[in-house]
Amino acid sequence: MSIFTFAFISAAGLLMIGLYTLLVTRNLIKVVVALQILVKGVMLLLIAAGSASGQIALGQSMAITVIVADTIVAVIALSIAVIIRRKFGTLDLNAYTTLKR
Amino acid sequence: MLVYIILIVGLFVCAFQAIWAKRLIVSALWLAGTSALVAIFMYMMGATQIAVIELSVGAGLVTVLFVFAINITGDQALSAKPTIPQPIAWGIVLLAILLLGWLTLPYLNINIPGFQPTVLSKVLWEDRAVDVILQIVIIFTGILGVLGMLSEEKPRHKRKGEHH
Repeated sequence: MSIFTFAFISAAGLLMIGLYTLLVTRNLIKVVVALQILVKGVMLLLIAAGSASGQIALGQSMAITVIVADTIVAVIALSIAVIIRRKFGTLDLNAYTTLKR
Repeated sequence: MLVYIILIVGLFVCAFQAIWAKRLIVSALWLAGTSALVAIFMYMMGATQIAVIELSVGAGLVTVLFVFAINITGDQALSAKPTIPQPIAWGIVLLAILLLGWLTLPYLNINIPGFQPTVLSKVLWEDRAVDVILQIVIIFTGILGVLGMLSEEKPRHKRKGEHH
């Protein structure tokens, strides 16, 4: 088994854990944690693809873009969580369905 | 071989703990561990620059942000029923992984000819210059967005001043 197979197994595992949590969790901050885990799986796949095709620099440049976008998403999502917690008093996602009223 | 197996097991343990830890702060710390192990994996695949960036941003900056946000919002653990039933969630996850395997596995051990190895700086600044510009735009948009959202407190201070 090559390192790419191990990278694929790791990435698939991380994607599974992240996607499952994203579907199941009701805590706003846990949603951001799940997104981070998902993106880590994607980055591993990008680097593995770059390394396997002999074009590691291209894989790295893609991964840099993903890291920047992911960090900004985390920053904005966490600041939204802070504001929502102040306004609604809870981190439960089901409490924000104000359109039902 | 043994190193990779230890790395994968460590990665899965950290990711599981990040999800199933009751306290949010513990969850954020396990996420930092996951980032560190992903960085080691990247380093072993030859992506040395991105491994360093992932270690400093993923395990450093993002963890600090999480700790900061959790300190403000409070460590609120929710143990209510999930919105989507668990069997359906597992079904969707397995479908996604099967799709990923079907698309990726045939290309695992294939060497693609025609590519010339290049350095990261050349690829980043010349071939993917648009990406760099977009990253700068994203960073500024993110900063402005966060500043705009968190500056909502101003009218409250004015009201306090009016009362005095």
